[in-house]
Amino acid sequence: MSTALLGLDGVSKSYGAVAALRDVRLELRAGEAHALVGENGAGKSTLVKILAGVHQPDTGVLTFDGKPLVLGNPADARAAGIAVIYQEPTLFPDLTVAENIFMGRQPRRSLGRIDHAAVRARTRDLFDRLGVALDPDRPARGLSIADQQLVEIAKALSFDARVLVMDEPTAALSGVEVERLFGVARSLRDSGAAVLFISHRFDEIFALCQTITVLRDGQWVSTDAAADLTVDRVVRRMVGREVSSLFPKQDTKVRDVRLDVRGLSLAGWFQDVSFTVRGGEIVALAGLVGAGRSEVVRAIFGIDRYDAGEVHVDGRRLRAGDTDAAIAAGLALVPEDRRQQGLVMELSVERNQTLPRRWKLSTAGLLTGKAERAAARTWSERLQVKTSSLRAPVSTLSGGNQQKVVLAKWLATEPGVLIVDEPTRGIDVGTKAEVHRLLSALAADGVAVLMVSSELPEVLGMADRVLVMHEGRLTADIPRASADEESVMQAATGVGR
Amino acid sequence: MTRVQRQVILSKLGVFRELGILAALVVLIAVTALSNSRFLSAQSVKDLLLGSTVLALLAVGQTIVVITRNVDLSVGSVLGLSAFATATLLSGDSGLPVPVVAVVGVLIGAVCGLVNGTLIAAARVPALVVTLGTMYVFRGIDYTWATGKQINAADMPTGFLKLGTATVLGVPVLTMFAVVVLVIAAYYLASYRGGRELYAIGSEPDAARLSGIPVGKRVTAAFVASGALAGLAGVLHSARFGTVDANAGLGLELNVVAAVVVGGVAIFGGSGSVYGAALGAVLLTTIGSALPVLGINPFWQRAAVGALIIAAISLDRALVVRLSKALRARRNRG
Repeated sequence: MSTALLGLDGVSKSYGAVAALRDVRLELRAGEAHALVGENGAGKSTLVKILAGVHQPDTGVLTFDGKPLVLGNPADARAAGIAVIYQEPTLFPDLTVAENIFMGRQPRRSLGRIDHAAVRARTRDLFDRLGVALDPDRPARGLSIADQQLVEIAKALSFDARVLVMDEPTAALSGVEVERLFGVARSLRDSGAAVLFISHRFDEIFALCQTITVLRDGQWVSTDAAADLTVDRVVRRMVGREVSSLFPKQDTKVRDVRLDVRGLSLAGWFQDVSFTVRGGEIVALAGLVGAGRSEVVRAIFGIDRYDAGEVHVDGRRLRAGDTDAAIAAGLALVPEDRRQQGLVMELSVERNQTLPRRWKLSTAGLLTGKAERAAARTWSERLQVKTSSLRAPVSTLSGGNQQKVVLAKWLATEPGVLIVDEPTRGIDVGTKAEVHRLLSALAADGVAVLMVSSELPEVLGMADRVLVMHEGRLTADIPRASADEESVMQAATGVGR
Repeated sequence: MTRVQRQVILSKLGVFRELGILAALVVLIAVTALSNSRFLSAQSVKDLLLGSTVLALLAVGQTIVVITRNVDLSVGSVLGLSAFATATLLSGDSGLPVPVVAVVGVLIGAVCGLVNGTLIAAARVPALVVTLGTMYVFRGIDYTWATGKQINAADMPTGFLKLGTATVLGVPVLTMFAVVVLVIAAYYLASYRGGRELYAIGSEPDAARLSGIPVGKRVTAAFVASGALAGLAGVLHSARFGTVDANAGLGLELNVVAAVVVGGVAIFGGSGSVYGAALGAVLLTTIGSALPVLGINPFWQRAAVGALIIAAISLDRALVVRLSKALRARRNRG
């Protein structure tokens, strides 16, 4: 085995108080494909951004060919020969495909002018090597995700990368296209490049890679030869933690069906999603990022439209794309991204809390401060929101308290069906437990709770049933008794289907 | 339609957009000339070209900024500052030769542009806010400096004033300056890495950053270019009018943005050409002088310009939507 081409040692990176990577090591060898696996939030994307020069590590060193390497920006990474294919393609829609590939590196003729003919010809060569029939002169606008990904691959190929990093490149590709991508990756690898492959698809990992590194909670867990591992062992290492008693779901009386989703489909996002949630029940919707979970709950709540299917709340059918009707029917959605979607950061705590009920609280169309304050105080006390004043802007609160404000806002509408999307993301352990206790108490009161969560311990601790989505489809409906890390992860990664 | 034909049409779409403005211009001139033949007299054409020159220069600079998904509202004030500086230097007894003074005017503009660009790139304040602010600041400096004074044509060297009215084969010399600048800018934007990167930044700023394009540097450079061209426009302004006070170019920035938008430059960046913007400037100027000839109420002139802007933006949106639909429908795969 050859020596390390690109090495990371002791790399840590924090965003504010959240540690994304802690003391991570990784060695990429020339002529070898290396897989990086881990749950959502394990730190894979942060690692990619460090290799791409987008983020700089707080501590730790990078070495290239045994020499220290500092990547201050993406241009440095390119200059070092590191090509990155991101999960989401990063193209310029207004420019031609050929320009996209050679942006910043166009072949030049006299006086520094761009040699447009050479740009076109070299693009055509690349596409021939890849077996792609894309026109170099067409704009990137309107390309399918798969075609965009192929352009990204051509881009990586165009600068004879010594290190090729691929962050879940296959999510949007068909079988043929995946084979083509792997053909390119293999030929790069065999010509002495190092490949880092990030994927949730184990069949692809074992088909392409010789080495597998597992990350968990931002920390390095293991690096082994792929030949010494099995899918089961990798999955166990990915999740491998104790499910603590932090997640106390009380046993409750399960009542009638309150939310009934039948055959919900939206082309390109999710297909034929059917499930029910009963009063008193907490149902978790698990799956990997991009599996379509958030899209499904957005469609249920009427934020996005859907192509086919029906949503019933308490036996009454909801009109598609009508959030007002959804709220009136007793539905509430606590969104995933509270800063963008859940709160108006500049407004006060009380204004945020009373926003969905501003009509109910108003007299003759005028909001009286008194009614608002009274309503806000009730719920802030019930949820123990810690704030200097109800008039303080929400932006001054901690993440956990912001989340409580969002919850208070929706709980005050007294919903029959509560949908929470990643209810405890980015909040501290203590607040987490409070949120869990609250959800549990709501279920005991007869509310039907649908909880989208990427945190397995939370899913397993809280849910009466676990629904699992994989690539836009429901792949499993597992009752509490038989739900464990492996069954959920296997359904989420599409293993054993 | 074969694939090749369709490709040619798609790649020419931008050119079509410019031909459209040209057609509108030709129709407008033809109709006006039919109603009043003097509209095409040598003097009238010369006035039209001179009138378009300053606006077209500013439109070229504005295009460079707009394609990066920014906007420069300070150009009118920069023009005013440069025009007053030029006139002051030439009217005094500094004895500086005209070309040196012209360079000073351009440099003043470039410095103003550098202030804009630095604030936008380094402090990450939106261009709309920064240039709205500097629009007032630069104008304020101009007022403070001028203290109500006016510099008259009589104080200026005759050589400089002759430059303002001189023609070669009926074409004003000032217009020729502008055409040279236009061609250089167009060539740079089309054929140099730095130029293409401006389009890339406006098309998708995040992708530009990930591609290793020095976004801040390029955006700053775009503002310096826009400022320098506004400075040059100030020099031409004082050569043309001879009489300059602190109000030169007041309110011009919105005409410039209008010319750019009418000229088919996408207001959200990423596409458009300086030729289109310059044609837009000529069209707006022609409307301004044709409508009175046609006996149309001045109110309707403004309304016509407004309608044109809205029509141009709607047309561009429609073209983009149709284009992406067409591109999506046929994936162009073999």
